[in-house]
Amino acid sequence: MANGPLNGVKVLEYCENVAGPYCAKQFSDLGAQVIKVERPEGDEARRRGPFYHDEADPEHSACFLFNNTNKKSITLNLESRKGQEILKKLIAKTDIFLEDTQPGTMERLGLGYDTLSSINPGLIMAALTPYGQTGPYRDYKAYYLNTFHASGAGYLLPADSPNTDREPIKMGGSMGESDIGICAAVGILGAYYWREFNGGKGQYIDISKQEAEMAIERQNIALYHETGKSKTRTSNSAVRDILIKCGDGSYIKIVLLPENQWNGLVRALGNPEWTKKEEFSTDALRIKNYRQMEKYLTETAKEYNSYQLFEKIQAEGTACAPVCNAEQVYKSPQAEVRGFFVEMDHPAVGEIKYPGMPFTSSAVPPTDNQAAPLLGQNNEEIYSGILGYSKEDLVKLKEAGVI
Amino acid sequence: MPEKALKGIKIVNFGWVYAAPYCSMLLSFMGADVVKVESRLRVDQTRRTGVFVGDGATVGLESSPMFNNINLNSKGVTINLKNPKGIELAKRLVAECDVVMENMRPGVMDKLGLGYEDLKAVKPDIIMLSMSGFGSKGPYGHYAGYAPVFASFGGGAYLTGYSDGDPNTGSGVMDLRAGTAAAFAVLSALVYRNRTGEGQYIDLSCSESVGVLVGPELLEYPLTGRSPERCGNEDVIMAPHQVYRCKGDDKWVSIAVATDEEFAALCKVMGKPELAEDPAYADRYSRWENRKELDKIISGWTPGYSHLEITRMLQAVGVAAAPSFTAEELVSDPHTIAREKFITVDHPTQGKKWVLTPPWKFSETPATIEKCCPVIGEDNDHFFLDVLGLSQEEYAILKEEKAIE
Repeated sequence: MANGPLNGVKVLEYCENVAGPYCAKQFSDLGAQVIKVERPEGDEARRRGPFYHDEADPEHSACFLFNNTNKKSITLNLESRKGQEILKKLIAKTDIFLEDTQPGTMERLGLGYDTLSSINPGLIMAALTPYGQTGPYRDYKAYYLNTFHASGAGYLLPADSPNTDREPIKMGGSMGESDIGICAAVGILGAYYWREFNGGKGQYIDISKQEAEMAIERQNIALYHETGKSKTRTSNSAVRDILIKCGDGSYIKIVLLPENQWNGLVRALGNPEWTKKEEFSTDALRIKNYRQMEKYLTETAKEYNSYQLFEKIQAEGTACAPVCNAEQVYKSPQAEVRGFFVEMDHPAVGEIKYPGMPFTSSAVPPTDNQAAPLLGQNNEEIYSGILGYSKEDLVKLKEAGVI
Repeated sequence: MPEKALKGIKIVNFGWVYAAPYCSMLLSFMGADVVKVESRLRVDQTRRTGVFVGDGATVGLESSPMFNNINLNSKGVTINLKNPKGIELAKRLVAECDVVMENMRPGVMDKLGLGYEDLKAVKPDIIMLSMSGFGSKGPYGHYAGYAPVFASFGGGAYLTGYSDGDPNTGSGVMDLRAGTAAAFAVLSALVYRNRTGEGQYIDLSCSESVGVLVGPELLEYPLTGRSPERCGNEDVIMAPHQVYRCKGDDKWVSIAVATDEEFAALCKVMGKPELAEDPAYADRYSRWENRKELDKIISGWTPGYSHLEITRMLQAVGVAAAPSFTAEELVSDPHTIAREKFITVDHPTQGKKWVLTPPWKFSETPATIEKCCPVIGEDNDHFFLDVLGLSQEEYAILKEEKAIE
């Protein structure tokens, strides 16, 4: 267990893939005890690539390894009556229970909020589902692709498309699912604060993935109400910025509005003649003549790689950044100084550096980080150490397919 | 009246644009009291951006619905931080609060005399959050950053876009992602303070807050030695996993298939049950390998129907499908309406404004929107007279001297 500001908080997680596990990771990385309850087959993420050394081993999945740091893993079959009984025992010893099954599943298993809160009245139970526990789409099936597009966020991407000939897309990688996880974590920790420090009690939190992503894309809704028109992927972003391909094939993004951004760029490039042209003399004209400006800048950028241009332009106070791939993010000198990457040792993949927290804290820098658990790694510790089952019981439970 | 989860927590926010205001707004939904410190001499640029209400003649500091939508529930005071008496006032305000937030360029608060050490001197257990593009230290600590910059440097933009296209920095809302991460950090600091009595300084990098959201993809580099590429809507193993054109102008539906059963159900609805038996598509790997062909077949079917019709047909047989909704469709959708996703708040000059309700449904402590954004300086009397206890004379002098401006 990591050392951090949430030491002492107890979380039980029954979630798979990204959103739920990433939510619980917020807690475990800051020192909470998180017990991850996995089906005997394990979290689905264990079967998703990429894998360490390209070996499709359930302990090698990047997705699993990232989203489950600092947690303990136990296996439990909630479809079995005994499994349900064991879960209830664990519920009695937890502050927060996070689950991501389809609405109605926990009730079917006899593990609905009413039952669980009668066992532990202080329980905070949070359910993370595609469309929430109510409403006409409550039972709709969805994967990340679907909830992201259902939130309205996909329709805006890729931003600044030249036309709408091609399909709207999702944000890359796990981003939309991770958005949901952290949004949920904020609400859950708020509920915990109420219970612990504001004279509150346990409660149930219904979180819809669609709504959590809509929260991020909230300006889209406000804009529609003003204009009566839906924004689409050809619309420009609020701050006009430009993407330029550099000499080495990498990209740089440069912010060109307001005027001081442009002025810094001009200085950085050594006041070339083309920047003095009438057609680039005001913000309005630069927006209008964006494509010509793009041509000039691309010509200039041929002499540089994106990192060189980045440092040169930032030195004049203009916001810009290289478009970094994973390797570049890992090799960033900034990440090095901030200690963004945290080394952890894992029984199957060894010592690897993981992306850590996006902030540093003066009071409790998290220490003692542990890599993700092996499937069922903590069965004995939890079932025997906490619930008091004997080793003999554990063998029986395993034989019966309960754990 | 139901209780508020974060009742009693007081936040003073020196932040502007989207990142820090969104952070405190999320906490205000749960009952934290937020006061935004602004100055007429240094106006939050969001008051001047976005689509404005009314014609050019009425454009002013109170006309931006974008500003309203990111500063809901907040109170507002005006303090001129270039005036030493303004700095004293700001410190007195901080002394009354639990949390201070800011997202100016690193070093600016220190120069103003409002750095963490200065604020700790007036409130020993203060929690201070600084948000910046790259974090306050390090070789790029002083560099400028906006949303497209965080998206690029953090690793998110590289992964977003068509597989044969340019990287994409998204729709300009990366600040809200940073704000959400910051809200969790601040809440954890409040828990820690209540347990130990200690405050803390939190230095958040907006670029890193984008990086962690694509953590699994970043981790691919040390695990395999490769950096993943962007791939539009495609998945690492699922197929079909794409957005397809439907009947209507620029209308699209997302369809994602994980299992053989789902695929067979999809084929049946398309009237091509034989596809499920075709060795080219019969198992998960084959579907993924032949996904481009599969996408062509599905694209030949979807334009015959609306995205809602396809969603209904596929959901009825257990296949995950959803429209790529426009804002207009979202606000009139029966599901979002049933979930009460939109409410209006009254703004003194803009009138009724539609806003999105908070993203959690609590059984005991409902998250709420109580009011619109602050009109600049609207709570000056309350904070300077009632909270800080200035006399009418002192207050008048500070206004006269433009410390309150």
